[in-house]
Order: sequence, then C-alpha cells, then structure tokens
Amino acid sequence: MNSIAKEPVWIPVAPVSEFPEEGGACAKVNGTQIAVFRFSSRNEWFACDNKCPHTGDMVLSRGMIGDSKGEPKVACPMHKKSFSLRTGECISGEEYSIKTYPVHIEDGTVYIGIEKP
Amino acid sequence: MKRKLVVIGNGMVGHRFAEKIVEFGGTEKFEVTILGEEPRRAYDRVHLSEYFTNRSVDSLYLSGSDWYRTNGIRLLLSQPAISLDTVSRKIVTSAGTELEFDELVFATGSSPFIPSFEGLDKEGVFVYRTIEDLEKMMSYAKGISKVAVLGGGLLGLEAAKAVLDMGKESHVVEFASRLMPRQLDEAASAILKSKIESLGVRIHLQKETKRALGESSFQGLEFVDGSILDVDMLVISAGIRPRDELAKNFGIEVGPRGGIQVDDELRTNVYGVYAIGEVALHKNMIYGLVAPGYEMAEVLAYNLCSPGKSKQYLGSDLSTKLKLIGVDVASFGDALGQEEHLPIAYTNPRTGVYKKLVLSPDGKKLRGGILVGDADAYSNLLTLYLNNVDLPSEPERLIVGSPSEENSALGSLPDDAKICSCNNVSKGDLLNAIRSGACSDLGGLKDCTKAGTGCGGCVPQMNSLLKEELRAQGKVVTEHVCEHFKYSRQELFQIAKVKGIKTFDEMVRSHGMGNGCEVCKPAVASILASIYNEPIQKHREIQDTNDKYLANIQRGGTYSVVPRIPGGEITPEKLIVIGQIAKKYELYCKITGGQRIDLLGAKMDQLPDIWRDLVEEGFESGHAYGKAMRTVKSCVGSTWCRYGVQDSTAFAIRIEERYRGIRAPHKLKSAVSGCIRECAEARGKDFGIIATEKGWNLYVGGNGGVNPKHAVLLAADLDEETCVKYMDRFIMFYVRTADKLTRTSAWLEQLEGGIDYLKDVIINDRLGINKDLEAEMESLVGSYVCEWKDVIEDPEKQKKYKHFINSGDTDPTVLFINERGQKRPVDWPKKEAVVN
Repeated sequence: MNSIAKEPVWIPVAPVSEFPEEGGACAKVNGTQIAVFRFSSRNEWFACDNKCPHTGDMVLSRGMIGDSKGEPKVACPMHKKSFSLRTGECISGEEYSIKTYPVHIEDGTVYIGIEKP
Repeated sequence: MKRKLVVIGNGMVGHRFAEKIVEFGGTEKFEVTILGEEPRRAYDRVHLSEYFTNRSVDSLYLSGSDWYRTNGIRLLLSQPAISLDTVSRKIVTSAGTELEFDELVFATGSSPFIPSFEGLDKEGVFVYRTIEDLEKMMSYAKGISKVAVLGGGLLGLEAAKAVLDMGKESHVVEFASRLMPRQLDEAASAILKSKIESLGVRIHLQKETKRALGESSFQGLEFVDGSILDVDMLVISAGIRPRDELAKNFGIEVGPRGGIQVDDELRTNVYGVYAIGEVALHKNMIYGLVAPGYEMAEVLAYNLCSPGKSKQYLGSDLSTKLKLIGVDVASFGDALGQEEHLPIAYTNPRTGVYKKLVLSPDGKKLRGGILVGDADAYSNLLTLYLNNVDLPSEPERLIVGSPSEENSALGSLPDDAKICSCNNVSKGDLLNAIRSGACSDLGGLKDCTKAGTGCGGCVPQMNSLLKEELRAQGKVVTEHVCEHFKYSRQELFQIAKVKGIKTFDEMVRSHGMGNGCEVCKPAVASILASIYNEPIQKHREIQDTNDKYLANIQRGGTYSVVPRIPGGEITPEKLIVIGQIAKKYELYCKITGGQRIDLLGAKMDQLPDIWRDLVEEGFESGHAYGKAMRTVKSCVGSTWCRYGVQDSTAFAIRIEERYRGIRAPHKLKSAVSGCIRECAEARGKDFGIIATEKGWNLYVGGNGGVNPKHAVLLAADLDEETCVKYMDRFIMFYVRTADKLTRTSAWLEQLEGGIDYLKDVIINDRLGINKDLEAEMESLVGSYVCEWKDVIEDPEKQKKYKHFINSGDTDPTVLFINERGQKRPVDWPKKEAVVN
C-alpha cells in the first residue's frame, strides 16, 4: 500500500458501495481531485492524482485499470499512458509521474490519506 | 618442401577455389600459383551489368588488392597458359614463364558461344563476358542509338539491361520460341516478355539469323524468315563454350561437345590434373551458373587439403532465383516438366505473375516449378522440393493466396522511411530493435523505440513489420492479445462462443492470467458485444473510454455527442432541434465527415441530460464513440440527381438502420452512391455500394485513415436483398475472424487467399458457415437497443456521469475560449508536462 512519510490525515470520501467494481471514481479531497480505484480482482484500493501529467486534463479516474507484469496500473483515457498505482511512475516510458495516496477502508467507508497541511 | 599447385584461371570459380584452399589450410602444404588471362584479378561477372551504371570495377572485385599476397599466393595476370606437358609436369605461360606443378587445376571457364552466320567480322559486333568487352561496347556505342542482343537467356537479358542502362534502344533476339528456354515454359516466358517489354526492351522470338548486314560496320540483322532488324550494334550472348582448348591439345580428355571430362572428385583422365567450373563436364553436364562451380571448388579444395578423406561432387541443382531487369524469376527442379508429371499453373497477366508447380503424377511430391513476377514462395517451394516432402492435400494453395499487399508495400519501403511520425521512428529503427532481439512483441517494440506511443496511428504497420520480421527470422509469431491471454482475438471469440463465457472476469480466470489491461479488456468487451449484444454498459469497466461514456472524449476531458442521422438525411424540424439543444448546452457544432452533426464541449455530467433531450426529439445514439458500425453516407441518388440510376439514400438508410450499433474489432463505415460518379465515396469505406443500371455493386475493404485504400469489388449487379445478404455475411465473418483493432482493409490483406478467397466464402459458402453468419447477424439486428436510452431510463447508470463521487460540482478545471463565434477548449500546455 502507499506510504506517506508523515502520519496522514484520513479524509472520508464515500461509501464503498458507490465505487464501481474494477473501476474508478474521482473524489474531491480538500479541493484536490483524487482518482480512487476499487481494484476488486486484487482486493486492493488505490488512489492517485486525477490529473494526467501529460495533458493536464482531469481524467485519470476514467482510465482503465489492470496490471503490467503484476504491477497494478491505470491507463489514461486520453493517450493510454500507463502509470503504476503503487509508485505513480509512468510505465510507458515517460519522464513524468503521478502522486499516489494511501486508501483505508473502515466500516464501509473509503478514506484517503493526505499529508497534514 | 611444399608441393606445387597451379590454377589456370582467375574467374569467380578460380577465386573461390583459392579462398577455400586458404580456409582449409592448403597454403601450408602447397605453393600456390594462379594464372589469369585478364589484366585484373577476379571480379563478379554475375553483376557485370552494374559496370555500366557505376563505371567502377572496385565494387565488383571479389577480394581486396593484397588478398593474394597476404595469403602467400602468387597471382600472374595477363598470362594465360599456352602449353602443357603432363609428363614432365610443366606449363608455359604466354610470357614464356615455365611453371612446374604437382597438381594442376583447370578453372578456365567459358567463352561466349558465337553462332555461325556471315558478317560477324564487322565493326560493332561484341561479345558480353569481360570488363574489356564492356569497355569496348561503351566506347563504340557513343555514336549509335539501337542495339540488338543475340540470345534471350539469362546472360542475354542481363546484357539487354546493360544496353538499356546505356540509354540505347534495346532489342533481344532469341532463336527459340521463348525467353530463357532452359528455365521457363511458354507461359512463363510470355509473362516475362510482357513485363520486360513494358520496361522498354523489345523482344524478338523464333528468329534464326541469316546474316549480319552492313559494309565494314554492322548495320542490322537479316533473319531466315526474310525480316530485317535495323540496329547499329550487336552484342552476342547466346550461350557458352567451355575453354577446353589447352586441355584438348595436350591430351586431356574432353567431351564430344566440349568440356573437360571429370569424375565425382573432379579428376580428369590425367593424374593430378583437375577441372572445376564452367569448363568441367560432369556426368554430361556443363553448368553455366556460378553456384555449381563454387560447389566444385569447395569439394576439390577440401580433397587436396585433406588426403585420405575425400568428398564427392554429385552434381548440382539448377534452381535459380534472380531479378532480371527488375522482374523476379525463379526456376527449380524439373521446371519444364520433362518427366511424366501433373502441372498446376496460375497466370495473371494483369499483375504479370506466373506460378507453376510440376507435381509427381500422383500429386504428392513437388518435382519442380517456375515463378515469374512474384518469387516470394521460392524458398518454401525449394525446401519442399529438395527434401521430397509430402505435399498438402491442396498443393495449389502453395501458389495461389497472395501475401498481404500492405506487408509487401512495407517491405519495399527504404529503411529511412518514417513509420511513427509522432516520435520520429524510422523503419530501420524498428528493424534494428527487432533484430537486436530486444523486442519480440508489440509492447516491447513500443517500449524500445517509442513508436506507436503517440497517436498510435502507426501501430498496425508496426505490427505487420514485427510479424514479417519475426517470421523472416523463423520465429514463431505470437498473436496473443496481450500478456494476459495466450490467445489471439479470433481464438478468444471462439472460446467465448463455445464455452458460453459472458464476462471478462470469467474469461480471464478460465483462459487468462493477471488482472487484464487496456488492451485485452476492450477486446473481450467487443467479443462479448458481438456474440450477445447486451447493452455495453453492463460491462462498463472493460470498455474503452469512449464506449464507457457513450461519447467521444476530447481535449480537456470533455465529450462530443453525435446523434444518428441515417444516410445523412434530416428534416428541417430535426435540424432546428439539434440547434436548440446545442444552444441550450452551449455546444460547439461541426458537420462530420460522415454526414452527421457533432456537438462538442459537453462536460461529463451533462451527457445524460443532452441525451434525454435528443432522445425525446426522436434521435438516438450514432455510435460515433464505438468500435462499431458508424455511418452510411449517401448521395441524393435517383430521387434528385439527374445522373442517379438507383435510390442510394433509401438504401443507405436501410443499411444504417440494419447494422446500427453492431460492435466489431474496429469501427465500420459504409456509403452508397447512386451512380458510377461515386459522390458518396463508397470505395473509401469498409463496405460500399455503388449503383449500376442493373442493381448494386458491393465493394469491401476500403478506408481512409493512415493508409487510404480503395475497397475492392466483392460482387456486381446485385439486387437489394442479395446485397444485404452478402453484407451480413461479410460483416459477421470479419467480426468473427479479425484481430483486435484491425480495419477490414488490413484484415482482407492478411486473409490468406485475399479477395478471391473472400468471394469463395461469401458467395459460394466455401466454409459452409453462411447460415450461421446470417443467423448471428439476425440476432444482432433483432437485439438492438439505443445505448443512450438505456442510460437515461436508469438513474443508477446516470450516477456514473457525476464528475465527483462526493460532490455535485462539475469539473472546475475545464476552460473554454471563444473562436469564430463558438466556444472551444483552451490549448494544452506546450510540450512540457504539467507539473503539479
């Protein structure tokens, strides 16, 4: 799971049931757009920036998730650039990367961990 | 003390012999001397005609200038041997040099055969054999314009090419009734003749020459049939004569029609004297080709260097493949069918292709064959022939079925041709990456070269190149969908159908691995849609992004909406409604290339509302977002147009409504034109229909895009019902068998047997599947639902279009500017990535 140096602040986002299985949705967390993915087939959750670093468009939550040699990833819907959901690194060979966030589920609610302001 | 080895002759075979002696360590054992008659060391006589173009012998030399010296071989040029004493074992050269020998090799080659008719002593008559011959020809040719070559064999045609390259009018005169009479039959010759003639060489067959005309200089040829060929220069290339005169004069046995008699170890009747190459007569054969000479050179060099062990020369296969004046010609085995045999031949005068198989009488073995114009099958056929392999039950398939046009087009591109223009990757870059072994699949190739990672338009070409190159390397070409499935799309289609698999999850668990990705998920989604035709929102998360949102994602993450306007026909009322809706949601309007109206700039959360308004006014989804049937363009046809011969608009509407929403491996476009003027551009479509006086012509496999392609005729003058039936079969056959993201044009090119095979399947039911194809199509047509309607009737489905899961806000980052009176998204930041 994703880690953050300092102990994160957990922000509740929405009930688990509102997220599509094997898909993503965008959450507004303290004014930031964060893509949250419910990776049911791996029984894992991931979160990252919603903004594609290639075009700047707020679209990553609409991307398709999957894996590349076991590494969980999301492919941007604009040009299919793939990013690791663990590290945020671009795995289609580009320099740029995205920020990832830890996800925590408690009592049927999805929480995103962000750094203390 | 070293033994003395003397070689007479420094042609191609003599040189190869020297190389092999060096390779086998023979220079330790022998003191080697080579005599050459010509003033220069061995050069490539096969490519002699190149001398006309580059005028340099350097590129023709077979060795560097000090090769002989470095290897301790004495090379005496311009010194033919003139006498020989086999008892005292000495030869004398033209310079008077006396050379002793222990072993003597004749590699004297051949001289041009000179036919016997009067007048050959005139100025302007040449033979074609050495560089000196060429130089004389070139200097004489300066003042003349028309040249005849006597001899229509391999060498003669080469010479004719040389004449053409000199910029002269080129004629070939052949005694026999066909070109290359030893390799080709009449039909092959006819094809080759027309090809060569189209390049500007004039061919005269069945011409027996009576005499050469002219006073002191050559002025033309008179033939036995009384005709006259008015030319100013003659090049004789009518066959070869072994250079056996020295041997014959000094007691070495020669054949009745020339050539030094040798046994299987290339030995003559005199101990320690051998012959190789074109001068050697082995089992009554003189080989006028270089390859057999090379084989002889190797056998003899080996035997001389390895006493006690001996190899045998057992004769050569006369198979040849070459490019003659730019035309591929290959011939192998019993090409002319001299034994009892079963011939199968394919002739296509239009493309200039002739292919013939000579089979054993029972049809099971390949005995020989001829290929003209397209010799791609040569290596495959030669393997079958040389290994005496049992043939498949339909051996004709070995020569029918043409390889993909796109592949061969790709093959003929130069290495610096740009394939990926986004990342500036050339064909050579791709080939290097594949050949280095670094990438053996498309993903790897993208990673290595970056090609195909921009707009992706070059991916089909990358794929073809990859497949072709891997095949050329003899590697198995995997057509796996991606790392998650070791199956092709076609195989997955069958698996889904046979096993009744209805979800991606089931598919990946039972036949795949991992979690899937953006390649296999949409491929499986398309397969499921083609088999079951359930509303695709049921499998929303495996749809490609446009299918997932039933709209086309555009810059800024906004969407465009295209309602269906079948055949491009629309009432004023409906036009007004579209305008009102566009105005209500502030959408940018644009007429599409497919005769519809695109409404751009919708935010994701607006989509269900826009659709609701459109559906209420009688519109439905136009599937502009899908790898699916798109639009059917039409002209106004006979209802309005003074030239129209059929009602193209009505037919286009019928077709669009029949096939609307059908999912396919790639998008499908169609058009109907009301007459031959083709205003609807039907031949630029996956399937297009053009009206004739008698009915409809159906064309398939066209597209615009990266590689524009005209559709080809599948069937002509069809009535409407038959046309629909053929379209049903064609579409379903494509949907079943095409690879993922393959347009019909690429699919058709890759289809073994091409359009002829497709006709056989669609029209003659070659595979016996037409009933199934029609039934499958009926089921798709019958289960159509408007995908927009499906969403606006279900509040649960509409939730997915909110921008935020935890807020009703819309995306505040989407910005528009005004241009020409409408709004459009702001430009993307230039080049540099956006940093948070």
